[in-house]
Amino acid sequence: MRLNRLLAGVAVASLTPLIAQAQTPPPPATSGPPVEVEISEGVLRPYQIAIAPFSGPNGSQISEVISGNLRRSGFFEPINPASFIETGLTVQNQPNFPLWTNIGAQAVLYGSAEQGPDGRTRVGFRLYDPYRQCQLVGFSFTATGENWRRVAHKISDVVYQRLTGEPGYFDTRVVFTIEGGEGEDRTSRLAIMDQDGYSPTPLSQDSNELILTPRFSSNSNEITYVALGPDYSRIYLLNLNTGRRESLGEFEGQLLAPRFSPDGSKIAFSIIRGGNTDVYVMDLRSRQLSRLTSDPGIDTSPSFSPDGSQLVFTSDRSGTARLYVMRSDGSGQRPISRGGGSYTAPAWSPSGNLIAFTKQQGGRFHIGVMDSGGGGERILSSSYFEEGPSWAPNGRYIMFARQERGGGTRLWTVDVTGRVVGQAAYAGSAGDPSWSPLLDPPPANLGLGQSPDSCPS
Amino acid sequence: MITRSKIFALTTVGVAVLAMSACTRSRPEADDGVVTPPPSTQPTGPTAPSGPVTADPMGPAQPGSVRDFVATAGDRIYFELDSYQVSPEAGQRLATQAQWLQRYPNVAVRIEGNADERGTREYNLALGARRAEAVRQYLVERGVAPNRINTISYGKERPIATGGGEDAWARNRNAHTAIVSGAPQ
Repeated sequence: MRLNRLLAGVAVASLTPLIAQAQTPPPPATSGPPVEVEISEGVLRPYQIAIAPFSGPNGSQISEVISGNLRRSGFFEPINPASFIETGLTVQNQPNFPLWTNIGAQAVLYGSAEQGPDGRTRVGFRLYDPYRQCQLVGFSFTATGENWRRVAHKISDVVYQRLTGEPGYFDTRVVFTIEGGEGEDRTSRLAIMDQDGYSPTPLSQDSNELILTPRFSSNSNEITYVALGPDYSRIYLLNLNTGRRESLGEFEGQLLAPRFSPDGSKIAFSIIRGGNTDVYVMDLRSRQLSRLTSDPGIDTSPSFSPDGSQLVFTSDRSGTARLYVMRSDGSGQRPISRGGGSYTAPAWSPSGNLIAFTKQQGGRFHIGVMDSGGGGERILSSSYFEEGPSWAPNGRYIMFARQERGGGTRLWTVDVTGRVVGQAAYAGSAGDPSWSPLLDPPPANLGLGQSPDSCPS
Repeated sequence: MITRSKIFALTTVGVAVLAMSACTRSRPEADDGVVTPPPSTQPTGPTAPSGPVTADPMGPAQPGSVRDFVATAGDRIYFELDSYQVSPEAGQRLATQAQWLQRYPNVAVRIEGNADERGTREYNLALGARRAEAVRQYLVERGVAPNRINTISYGKERPIATGGGEDAWARNRNAHTAIVSGAPQ
């Protein structure tokens, strides 16, 4: 029954014109479709996909990267290539469909990498539905040879979008902190890696300066973060392309919690003055500073709505930490969280309809989501300690930091249903993850009538 | 919750730990999950007598020094869970700090507010700032000039105690009065 439901859901996705879906992306699993992973018995039956080794330079590695991406999403279970009956597929020929349905493949992906005369590598691929015996998508990406990983992530995004009906999220990076030492000798360095944990690269030197709370701008080239030294706390803007680092400026008071506005023109952050923490916003061009909150409570951790018109933040003005929403000029401040416990570190989802948060209740910490109006609260993950949710650009996954009792901190991901939870691909001691937007816009000409798609509508 | 006598015991431990901090700072860091093996406890043989060993009595800390401040006043006070209220015991310690600072008017201090690990990063920075400010106000009310005092919050980022337990959390909820200038070590 559950498998049928999964298949039905995917079939619907296949039949729906993707152009329409691209214009109105489906809300990430609050109530509407896709319902195929909302499996109440707690048994997830992922989509069986056969990913044949691509031919050509780095071909088999491309297949492995795609396989790893799709498996970690929780939607897919790549079939062990050792069980494949048909081998040596080429993009010129259709697969022998019954040989794939025989091993239970619900989709077949294969492709080839070829070096062109200009030295660049063209990676073509086709995705088939072996039951309906038709091509779901055929596409190619061209890039310099050393960029094969990014090509693999882009192919993963196309497959994910074609089979789930949601935008992908694999061609992304994550900034985070690499944690070391302990006690007063703790170190926290800025670092960046691919979404799948590949190539973690430090961006700051190990020193007495602790790097905290990095956040991407919406263009994925700029980040902002806090550097906490023995006697200072600064907000920096770092351009990842040029390596240029700029201080937001010297202020009276201690700075924390910087976030870009969605259009990148402003930074919302907090200043502590006389022991009181309030939310401010600074226009990056005019350098004009505006104070948004002024009550004696703690007001911090601002997060813009995706249209930039509102901010969610945490405040303990009522006595315990709750989530509040205000307009971007500071007007209309009102509490939205309704439950007991304390709510901190909110993050507005890219789709705008959800707010992720950290909740402390019952001696444990939880990552959860609620509607932007405060209703429909759901806890997705709980442990001894976890904090700092950051959304994948498709609004389906959340990365956060989880700390074991008396132990180190690791990066974890959970999907918005709370069913796909696991340690992120980076295995070292790490904290404060921030997920980038897609590095490039997804292909616009994807879907029925746009790219070769022979499946009947 | 934690009794007053326990807090007093904890503050004493805090002083002892601070006095030993020169040793703990040189400890090798376990970075990126690389575990440093503990030093061997196996006896390696008797120490060879290589020269005379002299003994000298160690006198009290030099008056007006950082060590004197730590020994006579104590440089750290502790707070209850999610609180920035100065307890009567902590107030006595701060009163002694204020007296000491009035005796040595060239000394400048930095109040460092700290929080335990049972809170999110940014909220804890804000909470640590409240603790540092509570201490600053206390010292100012007792006659220490405001321009001799800076404050900063380290949130949960600079714990003096490690390990996930009530004792460590209680020790990490503190405000540290660090002498930044005007006194020898």
